[in-house]
Amino acid sequence: MLGLNFASGFHRPAALSAASVEKPHALQSHGPMTSQASLPEPFTPPTPEAGSRIWALRGARAAVSIPGFILVAAFIGYAGLARESGLTLTETLLMSALVWALPSIVVLTGAMASGVGLVPASIAVALASVRLMPMTMALVPILRVEGRTKRWHLLFASHFVAITAWVFAMRNLPDLPRPARLPFFLGFACTLTSSVSIITGISYVLVEETPPMVAGGLFLLTPVYFLCSLWTAARLSVDKAAMIVGLGLGPVFALVAPEMDLLLTGIVGGCLAYGGTKLARHLGWGREP
Amino acid sequence: MSADVIADFWPYVMIVVAGWLATDIWRWLGVLAAGRMREDSELLVFVRAIATALVAGVISKLILFPSGALEATPMGLRIAAAATGFVAFLILRQQVILGVIAAEFVLIGGWLLIGA
Repeated sequence: MLGLNFASGFHRPAALSAASVEKPHALQSHGPMTSQASLPEPFTPPTPEAGSRIWALRGARAAVSIPGFILVAAFIGYAGLARESGLTLTETLLMSALVWALPSIVVLTGAMASGVGLVPASIAVALASVRLMPMTMALVPILRVEGRTKRWHLLFASHFVAITAWVFAMRNLPDLPRPARLPFFLGFACTLTSSVSIITGISYVLVEETPPMVAGGLFLLTPVYFLCSLWTAARLSVDKAAMIVGLGLGPVFALVAPEMDLLLTGIVGGCLAYGGTKLARHLGWGREP
Repeated sequence: MSADVIADFWPYVMIVVAGWLATDIWRWLGVLAAGRMREDSELLVFVRAIATALVAGVISKLILFPSGALEATPMGLRIAAAATGFVAFLILRQQVILGVIAAEFVLIGGWLLIGA
């Protein structure tokens, strides 16, 4: 499996042995605000590679989970849309694996179905995908081992950044020892992408016609799952404020500036949440947990 | 190349250029922009606020302006379903699966009542 090869990129003497890591690292369970990045890892494993491999397998196992099932269900819903839009099986599979971000996939499917040209389609998809940049920026410092992780490993891993994997990673990776995070993430993400792609293909072939109510139920799974899990991934009150502001601003900008809406939602919402939380703390309303 | 060959390959060009490159470019830029930013830096808190607001914007758009079969349902029903799901999630010890089940229950129940 791909994850295993990339996982062995750590030449870190202090990766963890399987036995010593049953519990999350106590020092690292407080999220991004603690400055534990430079602390030495107190464990000595037999070999770093074995540690990475075990973490990749654990990540793969973690993919068989509620977020995994919900994403699979959402893609079963997408397979129906792709079929109705006239995409072939190969195109559907290639798009799922290469784009790997459901909202962007839906935009591209719409563009291809309506016969839009290459340039306008690229612009539409690129605008719908801007969110991936701040998401990746926020994930990378959690994912890497400072000074040890190779940049091309991160570039490869970044392909799997999409809402499901991102929310999962932001919530769970900070509780893992640092050298375990990239292998765990790759194990999780590769398993998720390959199983989702396979099931999308199977449902494209098998499901002739999805009853509207089933399709509708499948389409609702994604936003509700994102809503709940984004809240669990929010570690600070800034994150929660950003989520609430973003929920409100998203539809407003979608109506006012449909081309740039998500970008504006992110920048305006992020500034409001960040500035507002700073101001509230300055005025002494509530404290950081 | 004949026009037929181009027509055969065109969807793949669309997927690679307008799909793969148009999305992965942002992920690669994210890796490069992360530079030496540390996990505990104040800048990262700000970037995460932007990313979180963006994702939240995607969520509310998926609920308010959906594509596919959900388009047929009234907006009020979708909002009620999602809100019920989130409240159930908060009340029931933040179990994501319970929130999802509650939302589906309201959506399908409401859909059957309307008789759409």
